[in-house]
Amino acid sequence: MRWTLWVPLLLFAFFVGLAGYQLSQPKDEFIHSTMIGKPLPVFELKPASSSLPGVSTADFRDGKPKLLNIWASWCLPCIAEAPQLEALREAGVEIVGVAIRDKREDVDRFLEAHGNPYSRIGADHISAIQLEIGSSGVPETFVIDGQGIIRHQHIGDLRAENVPELLENLREAGQ
Amino acid sequence: MSAELGLAALWMAAALAVLQLVGGAIAQRDPDAPLAALGRPAAMLQGFLALFSFGMLLWVFAITDLSVKLVAANSHSMKPMIFKLSGAWGNHEGSMLLWVTVMALAGALIACIEKRLPEKTMQATLAAQGFVALGFYAFLLLSSNPFERLPVPVPEGNGLNPLLQDIGLAFHPPTLYMGYVGLSVAFSFAVGALVTRQVTHEFARVMRPWVLGAWVFLTMGITAGSYWAYYELGWGGWWFWDPVENASLMPWLAATALLHSASVLAARDALRAWTIMLGVVAFSMSMLGTFLVRSGILTSVHAFAVDPERGSFILALLTIYIGGALLLFALRVSTVSEGQRFAATSREGALVFNNVMLSAILGIVLLGTLYPLLTEAFDVRVSVGPPYFNPVGAIFTIPTLLAMAVGPLLRWREDNIERLRAPVAIFIVLIVTTALFTVLAKSDIGILPLLGLAVAVGLGVASFMPLRGRDILRVPLATWGMVLAHFGVAVSLLGMASESAFTKEKLVAVAPGGTTELGGFRITLEGVEPVAGPNWTAMEARISAQRGAGRPHVLTPQSRSFWAPAQETTESALLTRWEGQLYAVVGNQADDGRWQLRLWWKPLVTLIWLGGLLICLGGVLAIIGRLVADLRRRHADRREAEEREEMAALRANASSPTANWEAV
Repeated sequence: MRWTLWVPLLLFAFFVGLAGYQLSQPKDEFIHSTMIGKPLPVFELKPASSSLPGVSTADFRDGKPKLLNIWASWCLPCIAEAPQLEALREAGVEIVGVAIRDKREDVDRFLEAHGNPYSRIGADHISAIQLEIGSSGVPETFVIDGQGIIRHQHIGDLRAENVPELLENLREAGQ
Repeated sequence: MSAELGLAALWMAAALAVLQLVGGAIAQRDPDAPLAALGRPAAMLQGFLALFSFGMLLWVFAITDLSVKLVAANSHSMKPMIFKLSGAWGNHEGSMLLWVTVMALAGALIACIEKRLPEKTMQATLAAQGFVALGFYAFLLLSSNPFERLPVPVPEGNGLNPLLQDIGLAFHPPTLYMGYVGLSVAFSFAVGALVTRQVTHEFARVMRPWVLGAWVFLTMGITAGSYWAYYELGWGGWWFWDPVENASLMPWLAATALLHSASVLAARDALRAWTIMLGVVAFSMSMLGTFLVRSGILTSVHAFAVDPERGSFILALLTIYIGGALLLFALRVSTVSEGQRFAATSREGALVFNNVMLSAILGIVLLGTLYPLLTEAFDVRVSVGPPYFNPVGAIFTIPTLLAMAVGPLLRWREDNIERLRAPVAIFIVLIVTTALFTVLAKSDIGILPLLGLAVAVGLGVASFMPLRGRDILRVPLATWGMVLAHFGVAVSLLGMASESAFTKEKLVAVAPGGTTELGGFRITLEGVEPVAGPNWTAMEARISAQRGAGRPHVLTPQSRSFWAPAQETTESALLTRWEGQLYAVVGNQADDGRWQLRLWWKPLVTLIWLGGLLICLGGVLAIIGRLVADLRRRHADRREAEEREEMAALRANASSPTANWEAV
């Protein structure tokens, strides 16, 4: 029966190991979108700017992974993430924008002031598409693969450290 | 200056903890060494310094010294004084300081008044207490300094979370901590006894009042916390199986088991190893709770310091203290000689059963609390809640309650169950009749509430059975304590079962002047008006509730907006009657001018906390009873010793005629 005396210590050691392991893991507080792995909803958006074409679901089915950036000219964090979008564009990424509840002249002014990384920008005046793809705020960025399937969602503005993450996500989406 | 004084006192207290540890350790080899004599004074002075340091923290909060980081982050100059003071422990650093202060005071108290144990065991106990305190001083001083100054004082503080700006914060954490940390005394006693291998019934007698004291505070803290959550959060619930609630329940379960096994050890000198184990486990559960709250490893309403670095620090402390104590247990306990034997049908047998069941419940709560931690290691996220805890807990709680009814009627050592035929029959008849009547009254009642109601009624009556056939005036206080505490459990259980079986809930939109019905009350919304408090404004609903032709009662629930920090809270309003509580919460105003009201009628809900108070009262009576009995016994022992000496002296005189002659 003497071995039973060691049972509490062993159980405790197991707990310490488990807790230590969990403490060393980066804590993931994100609630992941249930839209991951689902195709984009069918939509057709009119152009939001005077220079670029609008956006439709078909644009995402050309076999090339893209970023879908949900933004607005009235959104301050969108200004903060503009350099990161520019960096992504320079890395050869195609970025499709959807401007939420925006006016054409405001969008034009924004693109002039903060640069234009987009290949096309659609106008979503009533947040309809935004809600359908499971986005609740601006800015948000989605990775869409070549078949129009949502592969990744980034909530909030893009920071410098997110650029390589997104490039990695795009690479995976292209495989 | 006060912050620096507080910090200096904390460093000195930590130094004294080292002295206490070294002194106690030296005393094990050479009890007459000069350092060995310093253990007790060091413990007392350490208690004083920790208290002084805590006093300084209260002071900087009282004067809202905004150059102190903790005050700036958690207080505000416009806050009422009571919340400025209680806000001192409404944060990680301050509550940790409260924790070590209680720990140091407990150590000082045993150093000051506990003289019954062999000095060697006592020194080992104080050394253990000092050693544990040292770790927590290190934690405070190295990673959670409450007295840290800001380089530049801020013009105004951030304010305290409005949910904490409540009188509940003034009571719940201090009482809970006295219980939590008071169990450190049991832990240190257990370690001390393992070091010196002196586990006797005298040891249990010495440990018992300390465990009882901590247990009373713990019960009070949990009861207060439950009531606070009930009225402050505005959800109408009183227990959520939140990890941190579980973290307070687990030491309580262990301490309850410990109380009972210490009784067996004190009365019959049995269950030696088991009592030591529980002494270690009880405080280990307290420390585990601290770890869960402060590491952010589990998601919880109480998690106020999500910081993996602090988590690692506490985990290291846990490893040293719990791991060390369990290692000592494994190595030493087999050399603690086995205690007395007893028959299965006996008071001891029932208490062992109770211990096994309480430990099983403890295991179940522990497993449920840590299960998400385990599954997350495999990337599976789960949330364990009432669907697990309620039924699985009940499997072991109901046998415990049945044993509680019968156990106190059994005799020590060996008994015959035949002797108890009458009381057991009464108990069973009560349970069955209550169940039958309940089912007749409400056929769709759930199985757990039904069992709860039936057992509560049976146990309520059975808890007084140990008094039958005895002269009420001559029943020892400790027995009264037991009776009252067991009755309190029945009362509390009745409240829980009734609340979950019969609660009526209503969510309505009412225009001012409109009326609704609930639980036999006619409820009228008389109006909604803005009101202002010291640091908030609110929309206050005036609701009158009237039963039949009775006098109308006014309830004033509020929807409060605090401005520092900016946050909305709902302040519920309660109408307490003997048979239940009407609970009202006011929500938002709809576009058509009607107000959302959320109303509950909760029959007998107050019994939950009344039962908790009865349990505490029972504990207090038991402490007084034990202390009085102990004082009497010691007095009698002394008298006996004196008489024996006198007799010996007389006999010596009688045998020597010369001496006798001289005396004449």
